[in-house]
Amino acid sequence: MSVEVKKQTTCYHCGEDCQEGKIVLEEKNFCCEGCKMVYQLLNEHGLCDYYDLNNNPGQSQRIAVRKDKFAFLEDPGIAQQLISFRNEEQTHITFYLPHIHCSSCLYLVENLHRIHPGIVRTTVNFTRKETDVIFNHKKISLREVAELLTSIGYEPYISLNNLKAKKPRLPRTMIYQLGVAGFCFANIMLMSFPEYLGLEEAEKNLQNAFRYLNLILSLPVLLFSAQPFYESAWKSLKHRFLNIDAPIVLAIWVTFFRSVFEVLTNTGSGYFDSFAGIVFFMLIGRVLQDKTYQQLSFERDYTSYFPIAVTVLKEEKEIPTALPDIKAGDTLMIHHEELVPADGILTRGKAFIDYSFVTGESLPVLKEVGEIIYAGGKQTGGNMELLVVKEVSQSYLTRLWNQQEKEVPEEKGVSFVHLLSRYFTYIVLTVAILTAVYWWVNDITRIWPAVTAILIIACPCALLLSNTFTNGNILRILGRNKLYLRNAQSIEEMAAIDHIVFDKTGTLTTTHRHDVVYEGESLHKSDLQAISALSSQSSHPLSKALVRHLGRNQLTVSAFEEQTGKGISGQINGESFALGSLPFITGKAAGAEGTRVYVSRNGSLLGHFSFRNHYRNEVNDLLNDLQSEYGLAVISGDNAAERQTLQHLAGKNTTLLFNQQPHDKLEYVRKMQSAGKKVMMVGDGLNDAIAMQESNMGIAIAEDTNSFTPASDGILESGALAKLHRFIRLAKANKQIVLASFVMSIAYNIVGLYFAVQGTLSPLIAAVLMPSSSISIILLTFGSSNLAARWLKL
Amino acid sequence: MGVIVLLLIASIAVAALFLGGFIWSVKNGQYDDEFSPPVRILFDDKPSNDKSDK
Repeated sequence: MSVEVKKQTTCYHCGEDCQEGKIVLEEKNFCCEGCKMVYQLLNEHGLCDYYDLNNNPGQSQRIAVRKDKFAFLEDPGIAQQLISFRNEEQTHITFYLPHIHCSSCLYLVENLHRIHPGIVRTTVNFTRKETDVIFNHKKISLREVAELLTSIGYEPYISLNNLKAKKPRLPRTMIYQLGVAGFCFANIMLMSFPEYLGLEEAEKNLQNAFRYLNLILSLPVLLFSAQPFYESAWKSLKHRFLNIDAPIVLAIWVTFFRSVFEVLTNTGSGYFDSFAGIVFFMLIGRVLQDKTYQQLSFERDYTSYFPIAVTVLKEEKEIPTALPDIKAGDTLMIHHEELVPADGILTRGKAFIDYSFVTGESLPVLKEVGEIIYAGGKQTGGNMELLVVKEVSQSYLTRLWNQQEKEVPEEKGVSFVHLLSRYFTYIVLTVAILTAVYWWVNDITRIWPAVTAILIIACPCALLLSNTFTNGNILRILGRNKLYLRNAQSIEEMAAIDHIVFDKTGTLTTTHRHDVVYEGESLHKSDLQAISALSSQSSHPLSKALVRHLGRNQLTVSAFEEQTGKGISGQINGESFALGSLPFITGKAAGAEGTRVYVSRNGSLLGHFSFRNHYRNEVNDLLNDLQSEYGLAVISGDNAAERQTLQHLAGKNTTLLFNQQPHDKLEYVRKMQSAGKKVMMVGDGLNDAIAMQESNMGIAIAEDTNSFTPASDGILESGALAKLHRFIRLAKANKQIVLASFVMSIAYNIVGLYFAVQGTLSPLIAAVLMPSSSISIILLTFGSSNLAARWLKL
Repeated sequence: MGVIVLLLIASIAVAALFLGGFIWSVKNGQYDDEFSPPVRILFDDKPSNDKSDK
């Protein structure tokens, strides 16, 4: 029944609230014309299963896509760079469709051929949100394909990034290596059993057959599967640093060559099963740890934000031009909702620029003709013309990025595991030398078996296993809680943090909500209703915030007028109301008191609404929680108007800095680092990007993970911000778990060494000790990291 | 004795077959997208509703 009630108020297509202004068709409600049109189109082609698979699967179509948005796809030069294959009949292309989010999306997009016969096949890759489209270009053009996808609510996202060379698919080598190692390990195990269980003298031939088969089977492990360890060890030796893989490679080789020696000299069966097993387990750990979030990108640069082409005005004609071909002196036509790709001077139209992507500030800025507009802003005030003064590669935003690239810090810290393994290696080598000396004195024939056995048994593989498995598991727990880390190293970075820097706008505050306070003459209910009705006519963010604050109603507004960036006016119930900036209402120049909207009735000023960014609900608790353990700082590009509120919110000891440029943020991070602090920078916009790169750990806040975030070490969904403290604790637990399992593995090693120094390590003991220690360590790390997560309620 | 050798060859051959299958499936991209295939198979084709007679 509750579903029934819900259906009456939400849009059948997108699930948005549509109580007011709803459109009813076939007993279904729609919030806007766009949603209704999508429904009609799907209905016409019998694709209404779309709505049965999931409730309200669509994306709101309130904001219509500009008609000529994909006109640039008709330019053969641009199209050529996007198309992956083309013959006389068919064209293959891959689109990135960010709206794909559920099985309905999959169903609809893959049934595209039922809407247009020109589409041959569409295949969705859900994790990458990509769709391979094969179409017959005699029946449908590339532009029409893009528009067709847009018409069903899946607008392809085509950015400048698409022009670059295709990204290589996820490397699969390690998966193959894992498969091969698993195959060899299982078979070697199988063939070692007869010997462990005891073969009779008469079966000598059989024994040899088993041994040689094992030798052959272990070759692929040595030559192919163990390659990642060789590479890593070689790299570390080149940098004159002993990492954990170096002793592991040593152990692998010693095991293998001793086994070969034994088999060839007919003195024993070797340790092939232990050898293959350890490589197999270690590879599993690596694969687990390296599993990354494919759909997220931690390495975005400006090219993935920029459009692939813009409209250039030449001799009164609109020519779509690829972005790299834009030159200084060109006149660009920037349409509503388009990104400004290059620095330029406004020559015609009204510029109302939303810099939220650069600064995190959501309120658009008004620019007059003749003013310079920096790249990265989004035009929200209709069409405008822009005279380019700097090419794309030279513009402010691009330089910001390139600088960032130059200033990428050298290798961030070294994992403590490598340091641990180094001590471990020294100890093992000492033990080996002592044993060698002892046997050299007492029984020279036993040097060789004893020393090799020590090196085999003391391989720090348990340490590596516990590390990779714990990291992999922690990464998954964090991912489940909406913090997506770039890699395992980030966990350690996070555990070491002792100073946290927050950006204010967009990070501590949300861009979607404002706190509204009215000051002035008291308003009647009817006045408030009228103001709300008037604001609902405008799409300005402040008008929307006002409507949300006052509540919607059905009053009709006549003689509505809007002056972009200044204000709105209209007649409601015979009285004229105006809302807007102080100059718009009274003609007087405005002061700098923060964001205000003035209101007048019948020409007389009543008062103003002041708007403040709404702090996320969890911010207070979070900051209170953190300040006892960490140094805190809040850095903002805004003016100091909110200093008091913020100081109250963040506590006395928190550093507050206002009017900070991207470089000031960077300087602050550097200053703290040179004071020996490990700094975490939490930010959201491009203005935080350089500081995030410089900090020990940069976390980008995203409203949802589909939205674009600057390059970072981790992406945190804004809803999970409150858990930040617990995330750091979990990262600290990670280190303790690894240490604990290390102690455990040392216990195993001591048992093994007891046999090894005597030169009596039989393959059977090795074969039992090795997997049982590995598996128990894996269980320990998995169990305790899950326990830690449960303890922290993650 | 001869039986064991035969069994040995057979067991390794079967295992190798599976290894080949595994490598083929990875190469084929079957692990690239773990969401779509299990969902895709559940979609009904309803040609009767289909007016665009494709």
